[in-house]
Amino acid sequence: MRKSDREIVESSRSITRRVLMLGVIQAAVVSVLGLKLRSMQIEHADEYRMLSDGNSIKIRLLPPARGLILDRHGTIIAGNEQNYRVTLTREEAGDVSAVIARLRRIIPMTDRQAAEILEEIRKRSAVTPVMVADRLSWSEFSSIALNAPALPGVTPESGLSRSYPRGGDFSHVLGYVGPVSDYDLSKIENPDPVLRLPEFQLGKVGMEAKLEEALRGKAGARRVEVNSAGREMRELSRQEGQQGATVQTTLDAGLQNFATQRLGEESAAAVVIDVTNGDIVAISSSPVFDPNKFVRGISGPDYRMLMNHDHRPLADKTVQGAYPPGSTFKMVTLLAGLESGVINPGSRFFCPGSLQVAGRKFHCWSRGGHGMVDAVQSLERSCDVYYYELAQRVGIDRIAAMARKLGIGVKHDLPMSAITEGIAPDRAWKRERYGQEWQVGDSINASIGQGYVLASPLQLAVMTARVATGRAVSPRLVKAIDGVPEPVPEWPELGINPLHLRTARGGMDAVMNSSHGTARRARIIAPEWQMAGKTGTSQVRNITAAERARGVISNDQLPWNRRDHALFVCFAPFDMPRYAVSVVVEHGGGGGAVAGPIARDILLYALAGGLPPISAYPDDGTRAKVQEMWSKMNLAPSARPAETRAKA
Amino acid sequence: MSYLNYHVAQVPSGWRKILHLNWPLVFLVTAVSCIGFLMLYSVSGGDIDRWAMPQMERFAAGMVLMFALAFVPIWFWRSISVISYVICVLLLVLVEIMGDIGMGAQRWLVLGPIRIQPSELTKIAFVMTLAAYYDWLPVEKVSRPFWVLIPVLLILLPTGLVLMQPDLGTSIMLIAGGGIVMFAAGVSLWYFAAVIAIVVASVTAVMESRGTDWQLLHDYQFKRIDTFLDPSSDPLGAGYNIAQAQIALGSGGWSGRGFMQGTQSRLNFLPEKHTDFIFTSLAEEFGFVGAGSLLALYVLILGFCLHSALTNRDRFASLLTIGIAGTFFLYFSINMATVMGMLPAKGSPLPLVSYGGTSLMILLMGFGILQSAHVHRPRG
Repeated sequence: MRKSDREIVESSRSITRRVLMLGVIQAAVVSVLGLKLRSMQIEHADEYRMLSDGNSIKIRLLPPARGLILDRHGTIIAGNEQNYRVTLTREEAGDVSAVIARLRRIIPMTDRQAAEILEEIRKRSAVTPVMVADRLSWSEFSSIALNAPALPGVTPESGLSRSYPRGGDFSHVLGYVGPVSDYDLSKIENPDPVLRLPEFQLGKVGMEAKLEEALRGKAGARRVEVNSAGREMRELSRQEGQQGATVQTTLDAGLQNFATQRLGEESAAAVVIDVTNGDIVAISSSPVFDPNKFVRGISGPDYRMLMNHDHRPLADKTVQGAYPPGSTFKMVTLLAGLESGVINPGSRFFCPGSLQVAGRKFHCWSRGGHGMVDAVQSLERSCDVYYYELAQRVGIDRIAAMARKLGIGVKHDLPMSAITEGIAPDRAWKRERYGQEWQVGDSINASIGQGYVLASPLQLAVMTARVATGRAVSPRLVKAIDGVPEPVPEWPELGINPLHLRTARGGMDAVMNSSHGTARRARIIAPEWQMAGKTGTSQVRNITAAERARGVISNDQLPWNRRDHALFVCFAPFDMPRYAVSVVVEHGGGGGAVAGPIARDILLYALAGGLPPISAYPDDGTRAKVQEMWSKMNLAPSARPAETRAKA
Repeated sequence: MSYLNYHVAQVPSGWRKILHLNWPLVFLVTAVSCIGFLMLYSVSGGDIDRWAMPQMERFAAGMVLMFALAFVPIWFWRSISVISYVICVLLLVLVEIMGDIGMGAQRWLVLGPIRIQPSELTKIAFVMTLAAYYDWLPVEKVSRPFWVLIPVLLILLPTGLVLMQPDLGTSIMLIAGGGIVMFAAGVSLWYFAAVIAIVVASVTAVMESRGTDWQLLHDYQFKRIDTFLDPSSDPLGAGYNIAQAQIALGSGGWSGRGFMQGTQSRLNFLPEKHTDFIFTSLAEEFGFVGAGSLLALYVLILGFCLHSALTNRDRFASLLTIGIAGTFFLYFSINMATVMGMLPAKGSPLPLVSYGGTSLMILLMGFGILQSAHVHRPRG
């Protein structure tokens, strides 16, 4: 239906009228918008500019309290302590030097320190608080608070700082925290902003570094209104942070303390593993250092002293040190021989004191030789020639495979720094490493834990635990996080014939308890704690033929760093093994004489849960020596203390 | 209704239509969109891939769509208007039943890879239907109560559905958009006066309902009203957006802080700086000159649309143009009024500038239909 012209005209006219009205309304709205825009952007621009410049709400982070680290009984071994400090703000202080002068009457401060602080305050903006002193005693802190009216711009503050109440006992395993450096930040992708707080502490080495994520906690935040200079006007809201997780370790603070003191000033390491579950109950490297010094910022001379010390206190010898295991490796060679079927427990070899192989003469430690030797006797007397013979028949690849099976040459996963893998050498390894073929002489050296073989004290303890149990026990350090126990796996069987294991253990028992045992002097006579072990003395130098002809120089006559390493591994009780211990004393001399007694003492302490009854020691003059040693020790109070209340 | 009264012979056909497009409008739309790209680039901190690039891609697609729609004869739109209205209502019902919940409101309908916001589609479809209705209705009947009731129902049906989503902003826009078409069609002014009176009364009722069992709005909507009335009452909560937006806007001053120099936007004080609050970034960085220019561009677009409507003697085309232009007007004025603190914040985009696919597409579709009306206007 076509519209009539009249209709169209009328429609257009009506629309035109209304569109014009609509246009007027829309123009009015747009004018209002324009006027408002003009009013805000031109008339009130300055006010808004000020609000924007002074804008306005800032987030300030609240550092979280670091998680505590406990020993297996709940004793705090890494905690937090209140750190009292004072800061000074130039804007409020007015005459800064006068304020500092007054402050110096309360806090001792050298002229140089005072000058440094003045310089620092001048450099910073007038509203930035500058730290004047920290780690104040409570009395200093409170007298500053009391004298606040005379000290304008001085603010007493308190914050938390890491502290290690057990001093050096756990210095290597726990590591320490320290201020966050630019280098630390550069290593972290997308760093947590809390790391940029000037007083924040980050785990640097050891468990503190490895468990950083769990220990750090979550930062809280304050929303504060600030002016354009960044000065806080008021706090708008506050959300407290979340403390880091409490990490309960498998360590026993009492045993750790004893082990550390027992190692004394030697350059040495000791590891104690609970063979039933893999718990490391003590892991001590000596000499120790005081981690608290690092937290506070260690002084130059102190640090140089640690760095230049020939006993390398900063190195964690328990997991970082790789030593030729010497005769403690003989269990590996023996088990490789038994398992491969090359020998049986009754097989004998003749030891004339040395063995000629491929034109080279390999000596037994006993120049006169051991005569006919079987498997148990080979360990008991630590006959080298037996193992030279064995190694030639078994071959290095099977020895290396057994070593790895027992935990040597494999990296154990623990939250500690720079854990070494050690070396369980085989043909492929030598080809890759040196591009040379394996020689039979290499096998002979390796068979007695010399040559290329290297193991850490931790690995030796693991090896001992595996020999003692026949299971693939792996070490662990974390017992529970935030009260949630870490599961203990059912350690799988190693798949070694029990008869062969019994043979090796029998040999280790003979080492301690038979009349020919090389470590008889280090035995335990308490029957319920009957101990089995193996000595090791590893050369750190080659003894030349000429030297040997002249007679090997005894260790006492050599400079310290050329003496043999003393090693010892052991476990007890013999019938139902509970603890495995390894001790390495760098350049200590003979394993049986030096490392053995240390290992025994630590083992006894572990078994007894404190100082053992003296009757456990043989009555041959040892008791007097032990008692004298105990009296000189300054043991930490009670081995298994009641639950200590956690300091926040 | 046939298309005979379009004097088909005088309407350009084929590619010649391109010469008869409302070219100033095309350029203005493009100019405003370019301001949008610039601002999206700026608020992303110079990351073109974040918002600017996707927006440009959508704009390109939208422009193609616009030209395609412009070529479709206007009588086609009239004949499908009722059907499109019905489809939109069905989609709104569908979204009510199975819509995706987003931002506290059911607004999206997901059909495979396509996400449709039926309420946006409705804005065009029902303006088209109203225009067709008044084209069909003899002029003298326009103000008779019965013939007024029908379009009111046509408006209220989709509005009610949108309100159920709940999307108060879009419902208000639908009512206002429909009202503009009715107004232009010549419905007696008394009706409008009555409606305004009723609105005032119901606003009072809504405010009174607060806290009672028959509370008519969500708590968050009441809260927005509160903070609108007194933004300082809650400067960190709901009032934060408005307060920060105003600071950004006001601090722009005469010529602004410069491209990519807006501290409010840079320091993330501004909320939703790439969508609803993009005007504040523009105002902060380019000042009164920039913000005023955008407003002027909008006014020019509006002016060209109204001019096109005035010169179009076809009633349907003319009313449709007014309806689309009116919707466009509502879009930008509501958004600007919101960010300037003159209306409660209710989440409406700045047309052609804010980041967002549906809104941009619908607008360009609208302009396409508007171009169609312009191209196919009766001549001679």
